Amino acid sequence: MKQFFTFVRKEFYHVFRDRKTLLMLFGLPIAQILLFGFALTNEIKDSKIVVVDYANDPASREITQKLAASDQFELQSSLMSHREIEAAFRKGVVNLAVVFPANFNSDLLAQNSAQIQVIADASDPNKANTLTNYVNNILRDYQQERVNETQLPYQIQPEIRMLYNPELKGATNFVPGVMALVLVLICVLMTSISIVREKENGTMEVLLVSPFNPFLVIISKAVPYFVLSLFNLTVILLMSIFFMGLPFEGSLLLFYAESSLLIIAALSLGLLISNSTDSQQTAMLIALMGMMIPTMLFTGFMFPIENMPMPLRIISNVVPSKWYYIIVKSIMIKGLGFSAIWKETLILVGMTAFFLFVSFKKFKIRLA
Amino acid sequence: MVTLENISKTYNEGALTAVDKVSFEVKKGELFGLIGPDGAGKTSIFRMLTTVLLPDGGNASVNGLDVVTGYKEIRKQVGYMPGKFSLYQDLTVEENLNFFATLFNTTVKENYDLIKEIYVQIEPFKTRKAGKLSGGMKQKLALCCALIHRPTVLFLDEPTTGVDTVSRKEFWDMLKRLKVQGITILVSTPYMDEATLCERIALIQSGKIMSIDTPAAIIKAYPEPLFAVKSEKMSVLLQDLRKQESVKSCFAFGEYHHLTFQENSPEVQPSLRKNLEKLGHAAIELKEITPTIEDCFIQLMNH
Amino acid sequence: MQNVVIKTDKLTKKFGDFTATDAITFEVYEGEIFGFLGANGAGKTTAMRMLCGLSTPTSGEATIAGFDIYKDTEKIKANIGYMSQKFSLYEDLTVIENIRFFGGVYGLSDQEIKEKSDHLIDLLGLKEESKKLVGSLPLGWKQKLAFSVAIIHDPKIVFLDEPTGGVDPVTRRQFWDLIYEASNRGITIFVTTHYMDEAEYCNRISMMVDGEMKALDTPTNLKKTYNAASMDEVFFELARGAKRQAD
Repeated sequence: MKQFFTFVRKEFYHVFRDRKTLLMLFGLPIAQILLFGFALTNEIKDSKIVVVDYANDPASREITQKLAASDQFELQSSLMSHREIEAAFRKGVVNLAVVFPANFNSDLLAQNSAQIQVIADASDPNKANTLTNYVNNILRDYQQERVNETQLPYQIQPEIRMLYNPELKGATNFVPGVMALVLVLICVLMTSISIVREKENGTMEVLLVSPFNPFLVIISKAVPYFVLSLFNLTVILLMSIFFMGLPFEGSLLLFYAESSLLIIAALSLGLLISNSTDSQQTAMLIALMGMMIPTMLFTGFMFPIENMPMPLRIISNVVPSKWYYIIVKSIMIKGLGFSAIWKETLILVGMTAFFLFVSFKKFKIRLA
Repeated sequence: MVTLENISKTYNEGALTAVDKVSFEVKKGELFGLIGPDGAGKTSIFRMLTTVLLPDGGNASVNGLDVVTGYKEIRKQVGYMPGKFSLYQDLTVEENLNFFATLFNTTVKENYDLIKEIYVQIEPFKTRKAGKLSGGMKQKLALCCALIHRPTVLFLDEPTTGVDTVSRKEFWDMLKRLKVQGITILVSTPYMDEATLCERIALIQSGKIMSIDTPAAIIKAYPEPLFAVKSEKMSVLLQDLRKQESVKSCFAFGEYHHLTFQENSPEVQPSLRKNLEKLGHAAIELKEITPTIEDCFIQLMNH
Repeated sequence: MQNVVIKTDKLTKKFGDFTATDAITFEVYEGEIFGFLGANGAGKTTAMRMLCGLSTPTSGEATIAGFDIYKDTEKIKANIGYMSQKFSLYEDLTVIENIRFFGGVYGLSDQEIKEKSDHLIDLLGLKEESKKLVGSLPLGWKQKLAFSVAIIHDPKIVFLDEPTGGVDPVTRRQFWDLIYEASNRGITIFVTTHYMDEAEYCNRISMMVDGEMKALDTPTNLKKTYNAASMDEVFFELARGAKRQAD
């Protein structure tokens, strides 16, 4: 047992004495959060819109004002014709146009209904969708006000609630994703590199020629990265709660238990990589290409999996972080308990067991 | 103590034979040297004996234990210093030593007497990171680490490569003192001049053992008289000597050229001297010498 | 008077408060085989890097092949060759590809490269191996090829950093034959080695101890001065006094 602790302590020395490793370990999660939190957000702000007002009556002006006042929009000009709109779209200086027909207000007063045209640049369909939704919301607000003013007996208003994420914040989407990404990256990268480094330095030879059980070498290498990953996870969790204002609805214990599962799966993957290569560069390349890209693509936090073609949807099932992502969202955001996520957990347990089995099976007690 | 019987090792699915049916025996308490250039197969032999590499053919045992089946037991009993000094560069001298002691289930205190003489030389730098030590110091630390569990057999793979003459001399002195403690030592080196510091040596080239014996016996077995020649213009002398009909082989060797004659009659020496003088060489020195291990190696390589 | 190709005056390199090379002053003559010896950490590598124009000195002056070590590093690089034990050739290129590549790097014309590579392959007896990967050649052959490639552009000086480390005794001597041949063609050889018998092959030898040049003379004179039977003893005598234990 003493051997084991000495080994773990040695691993910690390696981590804390290497600035590059430290930067990677603690810089990566923070950088990811900042990157996804601010740079790659799918919230849309200050989109350029134009209003073409053929009516120019109180109602159209009021709506225009509301549009202009909104955070999401930046009103460019209200004096364009249909033809000018088309030109503006082609040049890409405008993302959305709102067209009021003549007699907008009178139609509204007379028939209690009026037409309004919303034209969006759908070359980016997600963005177009979001923007038209924003316009709809503003229109609905306006209608609501008018209804109150005229004090009609009653009117049925459709009410749409955005469940779990009423403000449509991107953070609820990407924080669990970043957690998965960071855990997978750190664990796979760090374990594989630290084992391969011993091979490169020739120290692995000495470790092998010692009474120390080779499996213990692996386990004692995994322990520090397990601990550091949990620490990282906590940092991300605290950042997302205190800086991003994310809720944490579910059980903290369950959250950490599920995270540990993913960490173990990632650690055994790292071990597997270190078995098949002798150079740190190759290990790094495999870890980055083989882990980061699938994790980014198939976890679901950057690109919705439901929108992918069938073959990709099938592939996504073998990416452990996809299941972890579902689990974490359920625990953190929805506050669900184990009964809701047992299926995903089972899949993750199965994968972890498989990776562990294969990596132990393939582990070499000799050099070649 | 250590026996090898027709041990072979190939790489690249048999395309490259690194070790070709090598057999030898090292007795208990012996200082045995494996002498040969890079690529001769020294490291492969050491790795097979230390159980980190599986042989492709033949048998080998260490302390009576088979290197394939008895690997767990062998790993407990031997000390190994691989070719590259295997230390943790980012750990201090002290941390390295403590780590390796714990790895072998022992403490530095327990076996301090064994490493004391070597360790005192690096002790002043014990808080320094191993990566910041000079080559000679790293080598001493690596030796301490390999000795810390009082192994019965010590495998040192090219411990003096890339280390300067002064450190090399010190290192061999240390090995002699360890031998006194009863530790069997197998050491490999590409430096032929270190051969005479071993009790017995094996000369190895291209995976094959060319000769195994005591250095003195190997030198004694040199098949013909060897001469050293010197004149004022050494590089021209070499060219001229090679053109002489009476000269069988000739090669540069430090400040002299070493040569053997086709026939060793009494008149060959004076006639060679005369021929060289005719070619304009001055201050000619020609004498019979005792071959060195390097001469033997060259002779064996050429036959 | 022979032509001077390397001339240094109090050449010094400091790393922080550590003086790696301490005011070394010496001259190397054209066509000379100049042995540059010293214990580990004596400052050989640092000095060699400065002379090759890879590292800027802290103080002192030096001219290499007539070019200033501060201002003309690019011209220096065009007039020298360099070969080390560790890196010299691309293992995953064939013999002929390596020759062509380095010929191109040194700015030879296609015609010159063709002639040179034919000549080289002939000289080294590598005809059958010319299409083989360098990685598959024995170390000794690699080193001979590396040396030939390092002088493919007929440089004024070639720097050799432990070129024969680990090479078998026969190939080592063949390597020195190549060095002599180059020297006879007027190429100056600046060589470091751990083999003391090779020190004897040099015209003159310098000994670095603790960053300083402690001795510079012919092997014969050095042995006389230190009353030693061999270069090994001379080296031991000089290096034993080294204070610098770790670098």
